[in-house]
Amino acid sequence: MIFFLQMLVTGIVVGSIYGLVALGFVLIYRASGALNLANGEFVIIGPYICLILMTAYKIPFIFALFITLIFSAILGLTVERLVIRPLQNAPVVSVIMATIGLSSLLGGAVHMIWGHQTRTFPQVFPPTPINISGIIITPVYLWSFVVVIVILILFSIFFKFSKMGIAMRAVADDRHAALSMGISVKYVYAATWTIAAVVAAIGGVLLGNINGLSPTMAAIGLTVLPVVILGGLDSVLGAIVGGFIIGILQNLAGGYLDPLIGGGLKDVIPFIVVLIILMLKPYGLFGSRTIERV
Amino acid sequence: MLHINNIEVVYSKIILALKGVSLHVPEGKIVTLLGSNGAGKSTTLKAISGLLSGEEGQITDGTIQFEGKTINEVTTDIIVRNGIFLCMEGRRIFKDLTVEENLMAGAYTRKDRRNIKEDMEKIYVYFPKLKALQGRKAGFLSGGEQQMLAIGRGIMAKPKLLLLDEPSLGIAPLLVKEIFQIIKQINKEEGTSILVVEQNTNVALSIADYGYIMENGRVVMQGKADYLLSNEEVREHYLGIGKEGEKNYKESKGYRRRQRVVW
Repeated sequence: MIFFLQMLVTGIVVGSIYGLVALGFVLIYRASGALNLANGEFVIIGPYICLILMTAYKIPFIFALFITLIFSAILGLTVERLVIRPLQNAPVVSVIMATIGLSSLLGGAVHMIWGHQTRTFPQVFPPTPINISGIIITPVYLWSFVVVIVILILFSIFFKFSKMGIAMRAVADDRHAALSMGISVKYVYAATWTIAAVVAAIGGVLLGNINGLSPTMAAIGLTVLPVVILGGLDSVLGAIVGGFIIGILQNLAGGYLDPLIGGGLKDVIPFIVVLIILMLKPYGLFGSRTIERV
Repeated sequence: MLHINNIEVVYSKIILALKGVSLHVPEGKIVTLLGSNGAGKSTTLKAISGLLSGEEGQITDGTIQFEGKTINEVTTDIIVRNGIFLCMEGRRIFKDLTVEENLMAGAYTRKDRRNIKEDMEKIYVYFPKLKALQGRKAGFLSGGEQQMLAIGRGIMAKPKLLLLDEPSLGIAPLLVKEIFQIIKQINKEEGTSILVVEQNTNVALSIADYGYIMENGRVVMQGKADYLLSNEEVREHYLGIGKEGEKNYKESKGYRRRQRVVW
């Protein structure tokens, strides 16, 4: 039972980070209908910057994180300006192809600059695990969970009440009509990419603190894809719930099934689940069927 | 207030949609733009609000002047900020946003954020039906309610000039009358000038001060609303209440063709 709970808790924490990374996907999909396949690279660049700032320049974690987020915002803006905006009137597939190219480019840059070995973050969170009636949680897990939950709550408020949040949803709903309201679609796109890059960087820094940092971490972009599809591509809530489901299932499968068949199932299970869910609910768990009045 | 001087609009660099349209909307008045499908009414409105570029359209000649400034090349967000708001054809409300959020989106360009709540209450006075639905997703509203929301969204932007593209489209006749009465009321109480495009000639002329009739990308007739309402030509071809008889119809059609050349 303890083992089960342990797996569950780990799953929830990892899942919450998946949810955060998935949020980046969802934001961009909602705004422009395109998948950002370079999301995984967005996730790893942030923590590398943060790590370098901390190790080479001895900047305390909080400030390093702050600078990292500013850098990520600039990265998001630049990508939008140089890659996405020229394709504004191009078909969605072109945008997706462009993000694939971007992914190779950024991935290559990471390899070139920082090499391929795994690096570990300096101790940021206290190392002593907390023992809650037999279940062991390291502080970094706890903190990650708290950070993710806070960010997700902030986002729900942002989308519900702020002028920009409503404008973003309006653009996602009907770009042309939003334009006629005087909403600057360019501005909304730029904001979307900025936010997506920042969110990805936060997820990356948390993951880096948990697992250490290596270029292969960009694969999270692919791991998170099932999360997004499971939750419904356009649903923020779906991204979060999907993240939890995939995180928990992965860890349970890793704990119980991997020893039986000799490992490897952990990475496959998300895709199996997605296949099953999509057979039953083609729009994902929370994805919107478009409201259509005839 | 708004002067359109002889504009020409081309789609995809090949389709000539407007062949020299001129019209004038005086301050505080309701002007209506009438005509059948494909006459170029919607294109005129899109040209005013700078929405042609999204449809590969282009103003190739003439000028559009608003309060003395030429706004041919200005982008939509600036035009909205300057005080021209277009309620697009087919309502185009944001389906996944609630009624209230739709109204908020309409107020996007407003700088006086504080008065927004107050104005929203005002919309609910104009359209009491929306009040009860404020938390509902707009996609689930009936066609009439959506049209009310679309107009309400326009008022939220506090425009000086409101452009309405076929507010009667797909709405029950009784409701059309009600909506047009409210448009008249908005014009009076808010002092908003209104340019309304319609196919429903009768109801549009009943609230308008002045009317233009378009055909094939040209204005073919214009005049005060009561003049147009009493004009034989208009009565027969746009209101469907003329003298009976096949012969008469043919004759007048020929006359109309000649007249069009004159215009």
